[in-house]
Amino acid sequence: MTILVLADRAGAAVSQPTRSAVAAAQQIGGEVHVLVLGQDGAEAAAKLPGVAKVLVAAGNDHALAEPAAALLVALAPGYTHLLAPGSAMGKNIMPRVAALLDVQVISDVAGVEGADTFRRFIYAGNALATVKTSDATKVMTVRAASFDPVAAEGGSAAIEPAPAAEDPGVSSFVGAEIAKLERPELTAARIVVSGGRAMGSADNFKILEGVADKLGAAIGASRAAVDAGYAPNDMQVGQTGKIVAPELYIAFGISGAIQHLAGMKDSKVIVAVNKDEEAPIFQVADYGLVGDVFKVIPELEAELGKK
Amino acid sequence: MKILVPVKRVVDYNVKVRVKADGTGVETANVKMSMNPFDEIAVEEAVRLKEKGTATEIVAVSIGPAAAQEQIRTALAMGADRGILVEHDGIVEPLAVAKMLKALVAKESPQLVLMGKQAIDDDMNATGQMLAALLGWPQGTFASKVEVADGIKVTREVDGGLETVALKLPAIVTADLRLNEPRYASLPNIMKARKKPIETVKPADLGVDPAPRLTVLKVEEPPKRQAGVKVGSVQELVEKLRTEAKVI
Ligand SMILES: Cc1cc2nc3c(=O)[nH]c(=O)nc-3n(C[C@H](O)[C@H](O)[C@H](O)COP(=O)(O)OP(=O)(O)OC[C@H]3O[C@@H](n4cnc5c(N)ncnc54)[C@H](O)[C@@H]3O)c2cc1C
Ligand SMILES: Cc1cc2nc3c(=O)[nH]c(=O)nc-3n(C[C@H](O)[C@H](O)[C@H](O)COP(=O)(O)OP(=O)(O)OC[C@H]3O[C@@H](n4cnc5c(N)ncnc54)[C@H](O)[C@@H]3O)c2cc1C
Repeated sequence: MTILVLADRAGAAVSQPTRSAVAAAQQIGGEVHVLVLGQDGAEAAAKLPGVAKVLVAAGNDHALAEPAAALLVALAPGYTHLLAPGSAMGKNIMPRVAALLDVQVISDVAGVEGADTFRRFIYAGNALATVKTSDATKVMTVRAASFDPVAAEGGSAAIEPAPAAEDPGVSSFVGAEIAKLERPELTAARIVVSGGRAMGSADNFKILEGVADKLGAAIGASRAAVDAGYAPNDMQVGQTGKIVAPELYIAFGISGAIQHLAGMKDSKVIVAVNKDEEAPIFQVADYGLVGDVFKVIPELEAELGKK
Repeated sequence: MKILVPVKRVVDYNVKVRVKADGTGVETANVKMSMNPFDEIAVEEAVRLKEKGTATEIVAVSIGPAAAQEQIRTALAMGADRGILVEHDGIVEPLAVAKMLKALVAKESPQLVLMGKQAIDDDMNATGQMLAALLGWPQGTFASKVEVADGIKVTREVDGGLETVALKLPAIVTADLRLNEPRYASLPNIMKARKKPIETVKPADLGVDPAPRLTVLKVEEPPKRQAGVKVGSVQELVEKLRTEAKVI
């Protein structure tokens, strides 16, 4: 078995979800190669332990799906499994690759039972299905929260250029508004502090920053907070946003809808602050505090400041 | 420009689904079914494009049991012009759905297929990308803004923020949550929708074998979290996080 993992674009580093995808590949077994789009991440990818080879594809710096899928299809004959992290990039590209190979993609794999049998959540995490594929090439994305990432260093893989594949020429990159990251990335953070509709406004939402800074935490949000414009879309945690599994997740003024829980219930420790003692979030919280977020957040920031 | 909008019949998002005792799937008998919420957003976008004069006709398609007509009717009440039901009982995977949609695209020649980014039952987030691949069309997935002008410009929700791509037409667009807020159909429009035509075809009419590639070996209840304790104050919370949970 030989497995190819498509790496997220993450500048000169390798993203944590990519390292989780490499971990999933190692559980499947066999030789693991990593494909990097654009020159940037190649050296970091070569340092991942247990990776035999890194392929670097020049061009397509923005990971457009159409040329990226064409490239993966060209590489596919050499591999039994094609993997990618279940990031926006992986989810954009891998189903396209699968269809071109006439196979059914398996999205957000949460467990490896064998070379052709995998576990994944369905119905917003309410059910866990074990599925076996009959396809020759297995194409899948990996739910990063379910696999401990491999270490960032320890290996020394050979770096080779990927063969050129033709760009179908039907799409082009126009621009991006990518927020500059001042905090840890949401899906990689050890601690996540999230705000819900209770935050009330974009200005109020900012009071979470004080607590986040004290804890070195990333900031997340419920869909209600994102829809209302209190927080940007990339902060949404949940079934249809990002899935996180930090050591500590603190939910401020989030009711605990099933769609939100789907994105955070694998967190090691969950803290909920809500003024409604009946809020469903308390049913999954290790520590619950009934109270007003506007009183609790400043108090917590002050308390964390004391040693 | 003609727009095709695939709409899926799914368990309503408010239903707390239960895993069947025999581990073969989830309980779907006698539960409320609705149009996949992302597909409502796709229908809304198509209707807005028609109201602006960009779109000329909207065809809503569903692949599923006879009852999926209800979801097509909902699309018609929102403003779609006619419907096609590909009647099929049992599981259809995104690859098979994409193949059926491809056959319908060949028949209907739309310039745009507007669909949901993800169905909230199986959560695959795959069908649009797979259809785009089979047709050799470009894809604008996770769209939060769509502008049609000499091709189509799609703003996409990506991990770090937003990204805009320009696509040649014909193209596939999959809707994310922030694309729009779908309207509620008015009573007169619901009445009017009853008279709009729905054609019924079978997968075999489209030359597609719907046999799944994935075998579901079992479906289980995921491990449940236990509710913990309530703390009385911020001080107690911080104390517990430091000394008991040891996470800060
Ligand atoms: C297709 C679909 C996909 C979805 N995907 C997601 C997703 O990915 N992620 C997601 O989060 N949601 C998602 N949702 C939405 C989800 O169903 C809920 O609507 C949403 O999570 C609610 O957000 P909330 O908890 O912030 O708001 P609410 O449910 O309104 O809860 C606000 C909470 O704050 C409390 N509160 C109010 N004021 C205060 C105060 N001053 N102090 C303390 N507590 C206070 C209230 O008691 C309440 O519990 C999705 C829904 C659909 C239909
Ligand atoms: C254990 C298990 C049991 C299941 N049992 C059943 C069952 O009994 N009956 C059943 O119908 N399904 C069943 N399914 C679900 C079925 O396999 C999925 O619906 C199918 O794989 C499509 O994936 P998705 O809905 O996640 O597609 P996604 O790729 O997430 O859907 C994206 C978009 O594609 C479009 N689309 C997808 N499917 C359709 C469709 N059918 N018609 C029109 N547009 C569509 C919509 O616009 C949708 O927003 C089951 C799944 C599992 C895992």
